[in-house]
Amino acid sequence: MKYIDEFRNASIIKSIKNKIQTEFDGHPVNFMEVCGGHTHAICKFGIRDLLPQNINLISGPGCPVCVTEKSYIDKAVKLAKQKNVIIATFGDMVKVPGSQGSLKDNRQTPDNIKICYSPMESIQMSQENPDREIVFLAVGFETTAPAIASSVIQANKQSLDNFSILPGNKTMPAAMEALLQAKDVRIDGFICPGHVSTITGTGIYDFIPEKYEVPCVISGFEPVDIMATIYQLINQINTEKPKVQNQYKRSVRQEGNLKALRAIEQVFENSSAIWRGLGEISNSGLQLRPKYKSFDANKKFDIKIETLQDNSACICGEIMRGAKLPTDCSLFETVCTPETPEGPCMVSSEGACAAFYHYQK
Amino acid sequence: MCLAIPMKVKKIEGDTAFAEVGGTEYTANVGLMEDLQVGDYIIVHAGFAIEKMDEKSAQESLDVWREIAEYQIENDPHKDS
Repeated sequence: MKYIDEFRNASIIKSIKNKIQTEFDGHPVNFMEVCGGHTHAICKFGIRDLLPQNINLISGPGCPVCVTEKSYIDKAVKLAKQKNVIIATFGDMVKVPGSQGSLKDNRQTPDNIKICYSPMESIQMSQENPDREIVFLAVGFETTAPAIASSVIQANKQSLDNFSILPGNKTMPAAMEALLQAKDVRIDGFICPGHVSTITGTGIYDFIPEKYEVPCVISGFEPVDIMATIYQLINQINTEKPKVQNQYKRSVRQEGNLKALRAIEQVFENSSAIWRGLGEISNSGLQLRPKYKSFDANKKFDIKIETLQDNSACICGEIMRGAKLPTDCSLFETVCTPETPEGPCMVSSEGACAAFYHYQK
Repeated sequence: MCLAIPMKVKKIEGDTAFAEVGGTEYTANVGLMEDLQVGDYIIVHAGFAIEKMDEKSAQESLDVWREIAEYQIENDPHKDS
């Protein structure tokens, strides 16, 4: 496949591996990836096995399903129980456990939860089911936000009054800053998300080297990309010149995708958001602008929920902060498996626990 | 949610592109793209094309490493052993 096979070329991977080995001075470094696609790829391609011992790759909060807080799932479950409502959602969300089970556990009728690949499918559902209320679970980062914004714009154009979203989109920079400030784990470099950057452009990370002197490299998803990214991070550490570099130039332009950014800007405004494992972070979420508030399921339905105490031994929160590995969890592979997930990191293929389960044995 | 596999655009009708990868056809909304042409490779996320591949950049990033790989092979002290 074009743009895939070349970036899996064994002799190129070997040459980067040699360069890293030659130029790495051996002192322990922690590089964090904050994209679930990278978490998956690092495990799938066995990147850790190609690196010198002291280059430690840790997973951050990059899996959209994993960072979705329990209260969001609880609201979605409450919505699903309402007569007439159809929940439209990305597939991974269905199995994420809330305080009282997952959406799948709370399926009311055969057709009250529908899986979509694109939020636009939920627009079509609204047109085809005028007597039902369609609620799309709007989760994900800057990558899903323009698709969801486009759907809301479309619903507004068509005056669809049986369509709404449950806003839950998150944005990356403030969460990365929260990780740097929390100091749970020392971060010596960020493997920055490829497709978030495709949308936003490269400028969103500038504050990281400037304020925290931590190197950033935007990476693609193939083994050549990830190895080249790690080489660039090592190089920045060696030269003591932290900056933002773009390894994934074939898909990331400096200015980003302006049309996508305009769609986000039109529909959403920044808000604080609660991240599973990280808590509330100001300026890290997206809420609907007043013009589009009629599409907010929070306004349309009574979905206030009680916060229940979490007694689970699940350590997804610590895993997403990079403080622990999936293998540190007492539930990993015993109680918690992809078939019976206790926490969100085991649900999605982009979650650290699922990636470890499948590839790191 | 994230398909990092570039798909080749075969046909464009309004806001919909018909794209192919590995013999499988997909459709993608191209409302977020500018100047998309048949034959371009696109990255699709949540049903929307979010970028088209920059072929020149892809080639450049590979060329740098190919040169390094060739140099390493040429200078490998064990290459004839």
